[in-house]
Amino acid sequence: MPTTTISGHEIHVDDEGFMTVYDEWDETLGAALAAQIGIEMTDEHWKAIRFLRSDFPAQGETATLRRVSTVGGIPTKQLFTMFPQKPAKKMAYVAGLPKPRGCV
Amino acid sequence: MTTSTSPETAPLVPSFGEAESGRKLAIICSKGNLDMAYPGLILANAALGEGMETHLFFTFWGFDMINKKTMGDLKFTMLGNTATHMPQGLGGLPGMTAMATHQMKKSIADLGVPEVPEFLQQIVDSGGHLWACRMSADMQHLEKDDLYDEVEAIISASEFIEKTDGAQLLFI
Repeated sequence: MPTTTISGHEIHVDDEGFMTVYDEWDETLGAALAAQIGIEMTDEHWKAIRFLRSDFPAQGETATLRRVSTVGGIPTKQLFTMFPQKPAKKMAYVAGLPKPRGCV
Repeated sequence: MTTSTSPETAPLVPSFGEAESGRKLAIICSKGNLDMAYPGLILANAALGEGMETHLFFTFWGFDMINKKTMGDLKFTMLGNTATHMPQGLGGLPGMTAMATHQMKKSIADLGVPEVPEFLQQIVDSGGHLWACRMSADMQHLEKDDLYDEVEAIISASEFIEKTDGAQLLFI
């Protein structure tokens, strides 16, 4: 499994660069990952990321956009504004989780 | 990525594509059965999640998906659908369509997938565009007010083709 170094954190990643070890993540690293893809974290961004982090261990997979909006309570429109173009994948990346595999 | 740089200087970061890739998808929804409504909605939702500009054009029976009177009440029937692998005669018994519809709605809901009106709202919230076909509206004597509020306009087939210049196209 490849490793990469982001802002001094050495992390295990998949071939694309998504983190593969849940416990290697913390919020400092999350902010550094966000910066890598041009996102500056605000409280609203963190609300989404913290939902993804807390949802993952129970569900065993990354929440889809729909789940972040219906269960996490953050409107779809806002997710597209905060994480433009590909919100589900970008949120997963910042949260140190695999890409969501659900269709909806 | 260049091959000569070390991991320290070039961290492995996923590519999320260009901000404006220009990739565009046009989906023509021509069916009004519950089971035929979902493919277009799911693909539209997926395309939007990938940052694609997405347009849906509702025509003929697809109008049932945006007609306020019918959009929440689409049905699934076993009749003429051999993929249920049940005797076709069963499908014609009273109550069978209602039962099959109920079962399908339940399976869809169990997956956390919304019903048609809510799904359309999710598509619009994700930046998708909904268009209604002029000829279908005229045939069914329907006006813009009869259609789901988020439908942007009733337009002709050629206007839709113009709007979706360069798009990949799906006919469902």
